[in-house]
Amino acid sequence: MNTFDNIIIALTALRTNLMRSILTTLGIIIGVSAVILMVALGNGLQGLVINQVNSLGSNLIIVIPDSDGGRRSSQDGVLTERDADAIQREIPEVSAASPRLSKSVKVVAGNQNRSTQLAGADPDFVAVNNWDIVTGRNFTVAEARSGAKVALIGDTVREELFGDVDPVGLTFRANGTPLMVIGLLGAKGGGLGNDQDDLIVVPLTTARRRISGGLQTAGPPDAVQVIFVAFQEGSDMNRAKEDVENVLRSRYRIDEDELPSFSAFSMEEQLRSAESILGAFKIGLAGVAAISLVVGGIGIMNIMLVSVTERTREIGLRMAVGARTRDIRLQFLVEAIVLCVIGGLIGLAIGGGGALAMRNVLPDWPITIGAGTVALAIGVSAAVGLGFGLYPANRAAKLIPIDALRHE
Amino acid sequence: MIVRTHELVKVYETGGETVHALDGVSIGVSQGQFVAIMGASGSGKSTFMNMIGCLDVPTSGSIEIAGRDVAGLSRDELAEVRNRQLGFVFQQFNLLKRTSATQNVALPLIYAGVSVSERRARAEAQLADVGLGDRLQNMPNQLSGGQQQRVAIARALVTRPSILLADEPTGALDSKTSVEVMKILQGLSEKGISIILVTHEDDIAAYAERRIDFRDGRVIADEPVRNRR
Repeated sequence: MNTFDNIIIALTALRTNLMRSILTTLGIIIGVSAVILMVALGNGLQGLVINQVNSLGSNLIIVIPDSDGGRRSSQDGVLTERDADAIQREIPEVSAASPRLSKSVKVVAGNQNRSTQLAGADPDFVAVNNWDIVTGRNFTVAEARSGAKVALIGDTVREELFGDVDPVGLTFRANGTPLMVIGLLGAKGGGLGNDQDDLIVVPLTTARRRISGGLQTAGPPDAVQVIFVAFQEGSDMNRAKEDVENVLRSRYRIDEDELPSFSAFSMEEQLRSAESILGAFKIGLAGVAAISLVVGGIGIMNIMLVSVTERTREIGLRMAVGARTRDIRLQFLVEAIVLCVIGGLIGLAIGGGGALAMRNVLPDWPITIGAGTVALAIGVSAAVGLGFGLYPANRAAKLIPIDALRHE
Repeated sequence: MIVRTHELVKVYETGGETVHALDGVSIGVSQGQFVAIMGASGSGKSTFMNMIGCLDVPTSGSIEIAGRDVAGLSRDELAEVRNRQLGFVFQQFNLLKRTSATQNVALPLIYAGVSVSERRARAEAQLADVGLGDRLQNMPNQLSGGQQQRVAIARALVTRPSILLADEPTGALDSKTSVEVMKILQGLSEKGISIILVTHEDDIAAYAERRIDFRDGRVIADEPVRNRR
């Protein structure tokens, strides 16, 4: 008696009651497709968040002013270029502190136009935010200081304004100001609802003095909206965040027990909190999937018990011609497992197909169906068959031969 | 002696009442003998058959099959004795539905651990022996009653057992087909297979060489068959 014989016997028995077999395995089909879909989407979302955080750099502290003013005075929080300089000067582990000013601008080249984000920044912006320059060059310190009319453009802007033409050296207008493209930023891809490549980067002075419109920034003339602080590889990011906060607290004379007028957060921290939320999310999904598999398994157990009762005489005959306890047990176990694995394969096809179809809806999510997912589907369904098939199989195996043979 | 029982007792408890289905049966059957066991319903003849067939265990007493005491064997050891030493033929044939004649005959060989190709060859040869060489792939519902019983006989013989147990083998057959089946059994007996046949028909018992009568769990007569058919 080998497993192959048992699989043949199982398939014959399942074919005999084809409709019943299909209905029975429906629970497993639904359960496994739910598991596959949930795992694929969960991993896709996790990959998306990790990609997004990594595209910014995990050694990054981002500081923004609190607009409602953490301090008791009603004055809004403010950050300036001088704050960025101070952070760079006072904390040795800081590799760059890059201030940034943002404006929404209309860009025009030829007959193409588009609304995009303009970032006014210093030359460190590219490195601090993990951008690559694919063609052309970054702007220089001299250009930054003089407010040169030069720009780096993101991939989306390039495509919209210039199509497939190499944009370096070409000019376009941003809110009417002519700017020359000196470099093209490598594509980062989309994020959660926003397109990171939809931007142009110009020197801070250029953004402030030469380009009209945008934000009405109150406060000092060198006010900025964000300071990106990059730390050296291997820095302790919790301490880094405290150091940044301490520098700013002392500059604005905010005591330890006072709420600061700014918020500093590290990307590492963001990644961790996103991961813990995702972890809980995945546990929830796994729970739902597990419940549907248990329901499916109970269906399997139920139908196997019916099958054992219906085939009592067959069991008696098999025993009469020499089947041992373990032969009968194995026969019904294999039947339950085959039933579940067939359901699992159908579930894999449905769940996997659904997950791949989700790629069209969520193009930026890295959704994949790997060997691990296939193994999971087959393994889980075989385990359900084993778990829920054991009781009916044991019941069959323990029948008294003569009682089984005489069963009506 | 290929089969020997000594003081075999089987007691059932049914509804608080104690029934002595077998009440001290001691019988010996020699190699190649064709024995008919007769008796009314409730006489204990079927119970005796089930004990010999290792399908049920006695309350007390001993059973020897081919020299081996089977009274104290485990379930799986009994299964092995059934597989190697015994062949069964039932009144209702007990063939597996939607399973070809060849596969039905090959069934005991699965549990004997015989390879797929050898199983097939032996089953086909056995079917040819009972005259069904042209019905190898037929399903049970494509065969007549007599043909189905011949498939069952082939299945009983495929493991080359020393003892064939036939429980009312002609009970579901017409008289002409019954004769055919009994002739096959007589032929087997001549080849040295011991046959124990349970029946309540004198006509059928007349094909055997020895007749044992049961009543109330005891043997009341044990004599050679006169006017053998």
